[in-house]
Amino acid sequence: MATPKTSTKTGKKTAAAAVEAPRAATSGRKLFEYAPAPESRAAAGEIAGSYGHYINGEFVESTGKETLTTVDPSTEQALAEIAQGTAKDVDRAVAAAREAFTSWSALPGAERGKYLFRIARIIQERSRELAVLESIDNGKPIRETRDFDLPMVAAHFFYYAGWADKLEFAGYGPNPRPVGVAAQVIPWNFPLMMLAWKIAPALATGNTVVLKPAETTPLTALRFAEICRQAGLPRGVVNIVTGDGRTGAALTGHPGVDKVAFTGSTDVGRAIARTLAGSRTKLSLELGGKAANIVFDDAPIDQAVEGIVNGIFFNQGHVCCAGSRLLVQESVHDEVMDALRRRMATLRIGDPLDKNTDVGAINSAAQLARIRELTDAGEAEGAERWSPACELPTTGYWFAPTVFTGVSATHRIAREEIFGPVLSVLTFRTPEEAVAKANNTPYGLSAGVWTEKGSRILWMASRLKAGVVWSNTFNKFDPTSPFGGYKESGYGREGGRHGLEAYLNV
Amino acid sequence: MPPNPPAAAVAGLAEAASSEATLRRFLHGLPGIDAVGLESRAASLGTRSIKTSAKAYAIDLAISMIDLTTLEGADTPGKVRSLCAKAMRPDPSDSSAPSTAAICVYPDMVATARTALNGSRVQVAAVATAFPSGRAGLPVKLADTAEAVAAGADEIDMVIDRGAFLSGRYLEVFEMIQAVKAACRRPDGSSAHLKVIFETGELQTYDNVRRASWLAMLAGADFIKTSTGKVAVNATPPVTLVLLEAVRDFREATGVQVGVKPAGGIRTTKDAMKYLVMVNETLGDDWLSPDWFRFGASSLLNDLLMQRQKLTTGRYSGPDYVTVD
Repeated sequence: MATPKTSTKTGKKTAAAAVEAPRAATSGRKLFEYAPAPESRAAAGEIAGSYGHYINGEFVESTGKETLTTVDPSTEQALAEIAQGTAKDVDRAVAAAREAFTSWSALPGAERGKYLFRIARIIQERSRELAVLESIDNGKPIRETRDFDLPMVAAHFFYYAGWADKLEFAGYGPNPRPVGVAAQVIPWNFPLMMLAWKIAPALATGNTVVLKPAETTPLTALRFAEICRQAGLPRGVVNIVTGDGRTGAALTGHPGVDKVAFTGSTDVGRAIARTLAGSRTKLSLELGGKAANIVFDDAPIDQAVEGIVNGIFFNQGHVCCAGSRLLVQESVHDEVMDALRRRMATLRIGDPLDKNTDVGAINSAAQLARIRELTDAGEAEGAERWSPACELPTTGYWFAPTVFTGVSATHRIAREEIFGPVLSVLTFRTPEEAVAKANNTPYGLSAGVWTEKGSRILWMASRLKAGVVWSNTFNKFDPTSPFGGYKESGYGREGGRHGLEAYLNV
Repeated sequence: MPPNPPAAAVAGLAEAASSEATLRRFLHGLPGIDAVGLESRAASLGTRSIKTSAKAYAIDLAISMIDLTTLEGADTPGKVRSLCAKAMRPDPSDSSAPSTAAICVYPDMVATARTALNGSRVQVAAVATAFPSGRAGLPVKLADTAEAVAAGADEIDMVIDRGAFLSGRYLEVFEMIQAVKAACRRPDGSSAHLKVIFETGELQTYDNVRRASWLAMLAGADFIKTSTGKVAVNATPPVTLVLLEAVRDFREATGVQVGVKPAGGIRTTKDAMKYLVMVNETLGDDWLSPDWFRFGASSLLNDLLMQRQKLTTGRYSGPDYVTVD
């Protein structure tokens, strides 16, 4: 059963606590209750009261007065004031990147690779600090930042470090050239991982960057700036400007940038594409999704249930490729739903810093409101709503894992991206129907297929219009594997050899 | 398409074992297991952080679930008596440490163990049926079993014929389990508990392990057990997870609850915690007792005792503060 932990204090283990244990077993609660196992908040290192930007190798004050507050979404406590980047700040950052580009792009690939390898190693060395900081700023469980985000971040830098001196073998002709200055705007769901996906390939190919982290999760990007200094990265190669969408618009619309990479909502992506239409600026977009996770009646049911849970409750469902539409074959619908409900009842929701927490806090009040709006619409439109019994903490932004059954394709919860821990269940009868329903969405980022029949996996994969098709697994990532979407999920690929193309003049 | 398992199980259970063909169809109709997914689930449950009061509870629970085992050619009555003393009072310096669930010996040591354990709640388990290979004729296996029961064994740990299972002679395995179950009956009408060992390291695939689990449960096993401890690969978390899912689904289909015993290779408190977390999150309270979950282990006990001492005294003691057996 979900056991929220509101205390974040590091309880020192005492013998007294230990001897009380057998009594706890008879008090009518579950026999085996996990005691709080909090990671230390102090491990995040010092969080300053306020931050400026990181431009040309220095932490600098903003030219504007306006600040934003980043909060711990699990407690709503303010963590730090961050600068709202102005057009002037963006100018300075782009100018610094432009100046650095000449010498950075002229470095031999092997030399650029050395810096990236060094950054990757420092990330590994400081991974606990970064994981805790990420959990605090984002609300995601420490189990995920520790076991998923940080290893992936380091792996991405290692992977692209390896490409830096091998670009002529990447299939883009001899001596492929960098694009120039890249403007990169990243979302709040995987702050440091999205930073890695953007910065590592850009630097490996010889570009310089100006990156804007999301306004609700800027802290790990600012900490990454320290790592760039620690690695001795030349000035101006990486610049970080904080702020909200206005700063993002100033950056992506800046005439001095050669390349824009954006990950975020489809609406903003569309606005950026409009701004850049007709210009020479290269653009890659990684936008929303409404992935179908398709379970056939011959699926490995226990593992499929794990895949469904991982697909939609991983990172509170704040995942663009989340398996938010479950398409289950009618003949196994009841069996799969029973197993799914039983499994959901064991999810542990609460303090993101508790090492046993499975589902953390929703990142912001605005996102929570959006999730509530869509789930209310789901109920109003007649879908049946279910959540396991769980007590949510009283402060902070929380939403219980939720599943809707009896969803029809016309419901909003079957069409719009919710970006929260909410699963919509639809059924199908034949493989053809599964493909038709899965593709019936404006998005096309990812899909999952669960069946023990190998030929059907291949048959489905060739018909699903999605950038990634997982079979008998979900939400698996690897730096060597390209990631990106069809249709309104964007264009361009990140990761793998394909990820180099976005940053090369080819 | 394979049938929908629990529903098919209810409908098909009665006839499942009526012929080689029906049994085969039933076992091969169980949902498949994706090895990668199973292993990653077991690994992720292994990352639970069990601290302070939870750890204290789990250590005592684990001690009370141990089948303290000696299965050596060199076993003597003296060795068995000393093990029995340890099972009854594992920590001589602390009488609050619970006794183990059972001691597990070869059939010829049952009488010795029975006498040594007299008056305690510790059960006597005997391995039988030509343990560990199971390579003997049925009459020999039944005699082995009957002798152990007559000598006072409370529980019989039998091995299945892996050769028969792997060559697809499921009905033969099924009937052998039934015959051994019958041999567990005592003259007074009561029965020794039957644990059925699959030797999962020899069955190799998780699909085989799931089929063996259902086969044994259909044949009347009280417990299903992973391994003998005598081959290279013994209990592992993923294999045990398959057994746990099988007893969960079997109870859902039939209402009959069956116990689970991983054995071999579980040596540390940390290992034991991982298994208990798996039981807790797969089956819950109903299986969190020595009646329904056991560890087949020998060296595990001392590590649990050292961790227990650390929790109560606040410092590590060391191997000289627990007994050598």
